[in-house]
Amino acid sequence: MPDSQPNAVSVTINGTQIEAEAGELVIAAADRNGVHIPRFCYHERMSSVGMCRMCLVEVDTGRGPMLQPSCMISVTDGMIVDTESDQTKRAQEGILEFLLINHPLDCPVCDKGGECPLQDQTVAYGPGESRFIEEKRHYEKPIPISDLVHLDRERCILCDRCTRFADEVAGDPLIQFTERGNETQVLTFPNEPFSSYFSGNTVQICPVGALTAAPYRFKARPWDLEQVESTCTTCSVGCRVAVQSSRNELVRYLGVDIDPVNHGWLCDKGRFDFEAIKSPNRLETPLIRDPNDKDQLIETTWGAALAASADAIKEARSGKIGVIGGSRLTNEDAYAWAKLAGSVIGTNNVDAQLGDGLPGKVVLGLPGATIDEACSADTVLVIGPDLKEELPILHLRLRGAAKKKKVKVVEITPLQTGVSSYAHRSIVCRSGEAAKTLKSLLTSDDELSQEIRSGSVVVILGRSSLAESALPAIEVASVITEELPKAKFLVALRRGNVRGAIDMGLSPGLLPGRVPLENPNDEIKKIWAKVPTVEGLDTAGMLRAAADGQLDVLILVGADPLVDFPDQDLANRGLRGAKFVVAIDNFPTLSVANADVVLPATAYGEKGGTTTNIEGRVSRLAQLVTSPSAARDDWMIASELAWRLGGDLKFSSMEEIWSEIEQVAPSHNGITLEKIWADETRDGILITETSIQLAIEPSGETPVVDGYGLRLISGRKLYDAGTQTSNCASLSALAQDAELRVNPTELERLGIQDGSEVTIISTKATGVAIAIADESIPRGTAVLPFNNPGIRANLFINSELPVTDIRIETR
Amino acid sequence: MTFFTEENLELAHEIIGRYPKQRSAMIPLLHLAQEQSGWVTEEAMKQIGVLVGTSSAEVLGTCSFYEMFKRHEVGKYVVNICTTMSCALLGAEELLEHAETRLGIKAGSTTSDGLFTLEGAECQAACTEAPCLQVNYRHQYRVTPSDFDQLIDELADPNNEETPRHGVLAQIRQHIPVERSVGAVHPDLVNVPPVWIEEKKEANS
Amino acid sequence: MTELGIPIPHAPGFIANKTPRIVTSRFDYEDSFTIERYEETGGYQGLRTALSKTPEAVHGEVRDASLLGRGGAGFPAGVKWGFCPPGVWPRYLVVNGDESEPGTYKDRLLMELDPHQLIEGCLIACYAIGLSQCFLYVRGEMAVAQERIAQALNEAYAAGYIGKNILGTELSVDIVLHWGAGAYVVGEETALIESLEGNRGMPRLKPPYFPASIGLYGQPTIVNNVETLSNLPWILSNGSEAFKAIGTETSPGTRMVAVSGHVKRPGVYEIVNGTTTFRDLIYGETMCGGIRNDAALKAFVPGGGSAPWFTADQLDLPFEASQVGPEGSMLGSGAIMVMDETTDIPAAALTLTKFYAHESCGKCVPCREGGTWLEQIMRRVVNGSGTKRDLDLLIEVGETICPGDFPHASNKEKGLSAVPFPYKMTTICFVGPSAFAPVHSALTLFREEFEAKVAGNSDRNYVEVTINA
Repeated sequence: MPDSQPNAVSVTINGTQIEAEAGELVIAAADRNGVHIPRFCYHERMSSVGMCRMCLVEVDTGRGPMLQPSCMISVTDGMIVDTESDQTKRAQEGILEFLLINHPLDCPVCDKGGECPLQDQTVAYGPGESRFIEEKRHYEKPIPISDLVHLDRERCILCDRCTRFADEVAGDPLIQFTERGNETQVLTFPNEPFSSYFSGNTVQICPVGALTAAPYRFKARPWDLEQVESTCTTCSVGCRVAVQSSRNELVRYLGVDIDPVNHGWLCDKGRFDFEAIKSPNRLETPLIRDPNDKDQLIETTWGAALAASADAIKEARSGKIGVIGGSRLTNEDAYAWAKLAGSVIGTNNVDAQLGDGLPGKVVLGLPGATIDEACSADTVLVIGPDLKEELPILHLRLRGAAKKKKVKVVEITPLQTGVSSYAHRSIVCRSGEAAKTLKSLLTSDDELSQEIRSGSVVVILGRSSLAESALPAIEVASVITEELPKAKFLVALRRGNVRGAIDMGLSPGLLPGRVPLENPNDEIKKIWAKVPTVEGLDTAGMLRAAADGQLDVLILVGADPLVDFPDQDLANRGLRGAKFVVAIDNFPTLSVANADVVLPATAYGEKGGTTTNIEGRVSRLAQLVTSPSAARDDWMIASELAWRLGGDLKFSSMEEIWSEIEQVAPSHNGITLEKIWADETRDGILITETSIQLAIEPSGETPVVDGYGLRLISGRKLYDAGTQTSNCASLSALAQDAELRVNPTELERLGIQDGSEVTIISTKATGVAIAIADESIPRGTAVLPFNNPGIRANLFINSELPVTDIRIETR
Repeated sequence: MTFFTEENLELAHEIIGRYPKQRSAMIPLLHLAQEQSGWVTEEAMKQIGVLVGTSSAEVLGTCSFYEMFKRHEVGKYVVNICTTMSCALLGAEELLEHAETRLGIKAGSTTSDGLFTLEGAECQAACTEAPCLQVNYRHQYRVTPSDFDQLIDELADPNNEETPRHGVLAQIRQHIPVERSVGAVHPDLVNVPPVWIEEKKEANS
Repeated sequence: MTELGIPIPHAPGFIANKTPRIVTSRFDYEDSFTIERYEETGGYQGLRTALSKTPEAVHGEVRDASLLGRGGAGFPAGVKWGFCPPGVWPRYLVVNGDESEPGTYKDRLLMELDPHQLIEGCLIACYAIGLSQCFLYVRGEMAVAQERIAQALNEAYAAGYIGKNILGTELSVDIVLHWGAGAYVVGEETALIESLEGNRGMPRLKPPYFPASIGLYGQPTIVNNVETLSNLPWILSNGSEAFKAIGTETSPGTRMVAVSGHVKRPGVYEIVNGTTTFRDLIYGETMCGGIRNDAALKAFVPGGGSAPWFTADQLDLPFEASQVGPEGSMLGSGAIMVMDETTDIPAAALTLTKFYAHESCGKCVPCREGGTWLEQIMRRVVNGSGTKRDLDLLIEVGETICPGDFPHASNKEKGLSAVPFPYKMTTICFVGPSAFAPVHSALTLFREEFEAKVAGNSDRNYVEVTINA
């Protein structure tokens, strides 16, 4: 990537004069002008190493033509480049012959065959024959270098792409060249596998079949694949992906390089979680509570299930209905559900979040920043979840920017995170007290304070711990608004389309299009049968109301509050308290098992539409396969329910929904589905307009420690016991068992042995976990992953309090 | 996770402290590890990774690049016979063959008593004294087969203390006295010329 | 005083002759490496002289001396120093003591026998261009050199020559002894820097960066050879004019040359630069004294294993780069390897090709794959199982590493006219081409010896490849 100012220079490539940017590499300038120079090691998102020598071209800068690696040479004014000269061709043929002398000819059984740069460039630029008669190099093949990636060292051409990626991009230098010269080989350290969250990218960028992905090995031939570009919804970063299927089955996702978001990279969870979609655990038919055995759910028809649901809703007291969930939905689905709730049922008890994010009004009201803005700000303040665990590609982008010294990352966190490794300053605060720490930093005479104040600032804001309520994060927003009024925010919400669902009005107090409930626009009044006027309850409110007998019907749209709501006790009481629970889902989750009616929904790749990422960027979701069962799209279910409730959502296709969104949602006016879906709209469309005026009322209170000993900190891990991960054969084993991590001095103080079982006691529950001594955990705190196999943190968390403290005892 | 002895760990920290970036101490620490145990163990590489702030894989990558680092046990004496041109012109091949016969092993292996590892080696910067060899990286010049036999006899003598065992290189260490040391500074923390330089004049020259 | 032409027992290989001695003057003393002897013999006077001048004046003195780098490339040191971009700090000095080019033996002598001279040279360089720390990188396989330098550094620190406020002046420099671990390629200056940073010693991208602008830790870095730096105390003490009075205008001073192989008195000689001829060296009475057994000279490698070979036709060329280059080779690192008429030329060439193939770092494909392939073909030719086709194949494989005409010497007998040095290459550094150089020279100058080796072997059933007809 050229760093210099766009200073145009004139270069001649193959006789044609082109304009290039001073400092731009010859190979990049050629690419931009449609001249392909063959290459193996060069990758536009990584630094050049000049290793493979495949991109040698003849370059003349006035001293006669010389063979030069075009990935190393920057353009200069008047430079003459010949990529097709006899010298160039000879070099290309020679390099390919060299590369092939030790490359096995196992192309017929190689996953890369058919899409292999070595194969393709041999056809295009190779000599056609080999003069090598010696024995090729031999290695044991393939060897697993992680649970997901296999390495075939015979096929490897040592281009340094994977090793460079691991070190430079991912920051996980767990694979490295070993040995030397002709015996050089990529390897991991013995018993230290390449367990990077980003390992799958190395498979994608490998120019040969040396690295293969365990979930894809021998699954398909490239020429049999169907492919469509889409957006990943595993988290809310919104990475562009190419979704590939074979025989109506998803087999592979590949990262697609778009500038504003993922630069071609994917995290391994996003890359491999397609396995869940074809999981045998998928819900295939509607279920209903067995009238003869209340503990059983039995199969039923769509008609019966929908009728039972509609009846329950009709029977419910007015306003005593709530809809929880929405982040799994497409924008169109979310709009349909918002319309069903508001226009047909007449309630604003809607919440796409499960008490694990920030209020919708805060999300939409804070001045927004894009990922690019975050990666080019003078300072990025990260006060929120561990980005590496929750929004991995945002972490990768930020890391890249920090490493290139384009941005200074300052983190305020209750414990070390993935960000700490590249933060300019990582300030440890007591959980729940980030605002206080931030305030004292900004008002101190610390040099850093001056540096932050004197430049542009983007705040990546979220929940540092799910054992904290949203209040501490709102406090932070309040301090920022006061001290750094020009700062912009990127709100770190995790779930797939949570931002889109909020945009569509699935958040109390909001209407579709980032409009406050109290100020509906004319279009919505025209189109909706009725528009709610009373602000509804959020998820916590709905669960509390249900627990108190104040809510009759709870509809879970892709929501599993028993697992995902931070306070399992309240979720449990809520589900039991509601008279009737309808669950629409892909999988039989814990909450689904507690429903009265279960409706199977189509999943990713089985439906088209649009999705919105954390920045507010709308991009397309593609359908590539059909649902294997009777599952239906979520919007259809909303539509049918509306009809049975005597209403009419008045649309019969995803396209019709979008055109209604376009009318009703002022922020989305003029953004047609055609535009979003156009192939040239790879970047998606960023929507910045909002009608929400944020008024933060700082509570001014700092949570106090109660009599219990350790403040609980809980965050999500990339691989956890969540529905998606646990239904992927390749990923589920990667979720580590939940352990309680505590500073060794605390364990010593309590007389607890490292690695022994302890009893965790909170005001909510008592449970057992293994306690691990961990130097990196601040004293006075205890860290338990939110949802890892073994024991869930939401057993212990009291969502009514700003923070949760626990006590631990030996067993 | 503790490979280094207390004494060597202290030395390791002293070595790391001499460099503006700690990773530069990687090769010196690998030598120190080899000095401690005669070869470089996995435990050593792991601890060096921690000491210089990188992954064990990176340490392995560096370690395996350099021939002097042995990642398996070798003899007390590693005998390297130069086989590059100047020595080859004056009988290196014959000397190596003789050595193989004398020691009863092929080049690249170790005698069963663990005393000698024999290697065919590359140029040792003693070309005028061909054929030459090194025992634990100490030279022997113009070696005839009978010189070789005599050398082996001397080394095999348990009382021989002249040549330190494999892993030990320089027996004199550099120690920078604290009061004389300027100290290593991370390059990011410096952006002005040293005091004896007046930048303006230099820019003009 | 040491007798001329007689080896000195405590300086194995070194042979004194009539030449003025700039860098080897103390080799006569058994205790040449001690600080006492060094101070007694004018040691650290060059540094004192330097400190009495401005840094620019010292830089100017070195530039005026036209001191050519003694590591192999022969680039003027004073000019190289000037490549440090102004305003970028800190700057470092890295001393290249990784002597390992086949045939080369001089830096080790300087490190073992006169370490203080080297240290003084380092300090002068640091003073002249504001280098704030010096790393003295010694080859790993030189235990004695490491010991002598460690001892010398400890002595010099104690005596106030190194460290804070050297000799009471503002000059404050640390010199850190660092040694390698066995990798020839690390002698290449960018690989040396990689190695010093704790990495695999793989050469860095070139062009466009040279260490003087982006070197150690990305900072301006001067990489100088041991012999180059060892000249500095003398130049500062005696002045650039005195230095230039020795040798020629374009190649002033002396240089150390190792002559090995089939000569009567192989040894390391300090010779007058620019005027001494190969004949002087190989046949001179106080030098090598001729070929062993008074046999005929078949060929010699004039500048280290990487250099294309010369024959008797080139004996009268002087040690002057501007004359040796056009004749098809280079002076390199001052290493001459002599082959008499009994030499098995293909076998001799193989020892070098094997060396470079083995020492390839593995980065560039042409070197990693091509070097080993060349070695494999050479092996079967040498052991008698090659074919005539293999001889052409050697050249064809080499051409992918070094496209175009490869330099070679003229040969009157064969009607060959010289192809001038240097060559083009598809690799980053010279290791790959160096694997080909001996093959090319041997095949060009002595093809009949190769043909004899493969005579009678029928060609394999190759598929003929037409490259870009």
